[in-house]
Amino acid sequence: MEPSELKRSKDSPNLDESTRRLSFPDEVLERVLSLLKSHRDRSSVSLVCKDWYNAERWSRTHVFIGNCYSVSPEIVARRFPKIRSVTLKGKPRFSDFNLVPENWGADIHAWLVVFAAKYPFLEELRLKRMAISDESLEFLAVSFPNFKALSLLSCDGFSTNGLAAIATHCKNLTELDIQENGIDDKGGSWLSCFPESFTSLEVLNFANLSSDINFDALERLVGRCKSMRVLKLNRSVSLEQLQRLLVNAPQLAELGTGSFSEELTFRQCVELESALSNCKNMHTLSGLWDAKGIYLPALYPVCTHLTFLNLSYAALRSDELAKLLAHCPRLKRLWVLDTVEDKGLEAVGMNCPLLEELRVFPADLFDEEIIHGVTEAGFVAVSFGCPRLHYVLYFCCQMTNAAVATIVQNCPDFTHFRLCIMNPGQPDHITNEPMDEAFGAVVKTCTKLQRLSVSGRLTDLTFEYIGRYAKNLETLSVAFAGSSDWGMQCVMGGCSKLRKLEIRDCPFGNAALLSGLEKYESMRSLWMSACNVTMNGCRLLAREMPRLNVEVMKEDGSDDSQADKVYVYRSIAGPRRDAPPSVLTL
Amino acid sequence: MEGSVGYDNDLNLRATELRLGLPGTEPVSIVRSNKRSLQQVADDDCGVNGCKSDDQNETAPPPPKAQIVGWPPIRSYRKNNIQTKKNESEGGGIYVKVSMDGAPYLRKIDLKIYSGYPELLQAIENMLKFTIGEYSEREGYKGSDYAPTYEDKDGDWMLVGDVPWEMFITSCKRLRIMKGSEARGLGCGV
Repeated sequence: MEPSELKRSKDSPNLDESTRRLSFPDEVLERVLSLLKSHRDRSSVSLVCKDWYNAERWSRTHVFIGNCYSVSPEIVARRFPKIRSVTLKGKPRFSDFNLVPENWGADIHAWLVVFAAKYPFLEELRLKRMAISDESLEFLAVSFPNFKALSLLSCDGFSTNGLAAIATHCKNLTELDIQENGIDDKGGSWLSCFPESFTSLEVLNFANLSSDINFDALERLVGRCKSMRVLKLNRSVSLEQLQRLLVNAPQLAELGTGSFSEELTFRQCVELESALSNCKNMHTLSGLWDAKGIYLPALYPVCTHLTFLNLSYAALRSDELAKLLAHCPRLKRLWVLDTVEDKGLEAVGMNCPLLEELRVFPADLFDEEIIHGVTEAGFVAVSFGCPRLHYVLYFCCQMTNAAVATIVQNCPDFTHFRLCIMNPGQPDHITNEPMDEAFGAVVKTCTKLQRLSVSGRLTDLTFEYIGRYAKNLETLSVAFAGSSDWGMQCVMGGCSKLRKLEIRDCPFGNAALLSGLEKYESMRSLWMSACNVTMNGCRLLAREMPRLNVEVMKEDGSDDSQADKVYVYRSIAGPRRDAPPSVLTL
Repeated sequence: MEGSVGYDNDLNLRATELRLGLPGTEPVSIVRSNKRSLQQVADDDCGVNGCKSDDQNETAPPPPKAQIVGWPPIRSYRKNNIQTKKNESEGGGIYVKVSMDGAPYLRKIDLKIYSGYPELLQAIENMLKFTIGEYSEREGYKGSDYAPTYEDKDGDWMLVGDVPWEMFITSCKRLRIMKGSEARGLGCGV
């Protein structure tokens, strides 16, 4: 029964609350609520009444904390006594692009100490942009006997020694997922730390690491973990070794290959193809480092059922991609490098009608001589062939307003539209006008839009459009855009569902910052760097809104009155006590 | 409330930017290229004129790309791990003659356009209208009267398929489709 139905019957005007109260045994309510997984639904449930608040907090097993400083571990533990799985996010997203100082914070250790005391049966920990040391990993490994799943994305501060501790001590480990982190890679011996008796691993992702691992140890590990469904190898694993692994793991659903370029004989090619064709469950393929076109045909048997193909580490040419995609009719998600060029994207449009997500990453960032990459033509071609497209991340060297208008006409269901014209402030390359109308078209047509990243030459008009039309927008990223405070004011005033706003190098000052005064408490966070905000403006914000943490990161040699980098977020934990000297809490 | 500081492209960006220039390149502020486009917009009455002045500016070589911290917004991990392939097709193709026993004239093919043995053999089959048998390491090509062979750098006649593809295309001088008893002799009991 829906929680809302229960509410209605409880609040029916015909019932006298004190005598005819619908008394629902707590156990029943908790049982019903335990079926609720979405943390937003659970938040809504907890707001209904005190009974429901309590029932919800006792039945919750997974907690998602989008900003580790918005709450303290003690508060979390007090409210939710039965947590078995935690997802924590730390640093502001721009830390991925080196805009946040090294020692900024988001250290996991204080959390682990509280969890060890309050959640000894913790099973899962998923961290994004947190700082985690080897000591913390060792502490984790020995403090939680039931620990099952560790996922680290974009974290830093640890080395392969920490991974060795996990492998050694976590007897019930099912998932070890190490993605795109700043790891100090001291060698591959950590993999050999899994005991010979250990068989529970289902997910192993060490694609991020560069050192050679002991292949025999890996082969034995994969051989005895019969439930393994996700295996993502690093570059040091050769094609021949891959074939040996696959022969013992045909049940794999997701595979990240190692290097895809060693010289194979005809027989080895045939054997690899045969091993792959036995993997009937495989739906996701990645890795393919240094992939040479000549070995791609080995993948054809797997391609028929693929729904996600990640070629973002394989610099394929357009013809190579086209040949491969001819075998991938069921593809829903595709990540590629812009080496495939517009012609490669035409092949996407022609071969992948079910495509829902496309990400095109830039390959050579600094090579001036080679003109390459993708333009508006490629994106348009995809939009004609893939009407179901709803997620795009597109790094290009040029774009036009007309092209974007066509694209969203073909694909009106965008939920995530992240367009990066790589030369900051670049206008429409045909008309030389700002790209305002492009993003205007996006927000007018794509009513389901949740996430938007804008780029190119943009005036305040873009932000007027966003404020007026993007009513479902939750995340907005802005760089090198806008003409005045008015732009940001439009966004703060119009986007009622906005949760995350990140801005860099824009002419938005104190008036803009303060226009969002009422709004920041309903948002997760605001980031503004290299804008026109001053220290006084930040102090005013901090004074008016005591439940916000207003943090300023100063850069060496900058004007005392300028607030170089500003990070504002709501918090019930008060100002943080672990900020380094370069971060001022106002 | 303090009045907002008027936006000045120059001051703002230079004051807050850390620039990482490649050795030898002059750190060109992104401001400059912004100003160029701004001036163009200011100078134009309409988009058409803009294109014209754009063309004039295009004759001068573009300034070196500014190295802006954190731009484009790609995770460092990804930046460090992408190696672009060198442009392989700069030298033109590898053309070799293809002869077939009993055929009146030879053909020529470009080995570079094929991605591997299966493709090459398919192409030759189509070109010369015949079928090659199933390849196995032990027995060569079974199931047909033809065997594809090639002359390598040392002048020896080899069976197609025994060596890695890359090695093959660099050492193959010419191809010959052998027929009949000669073909059956190859690959058996060697």
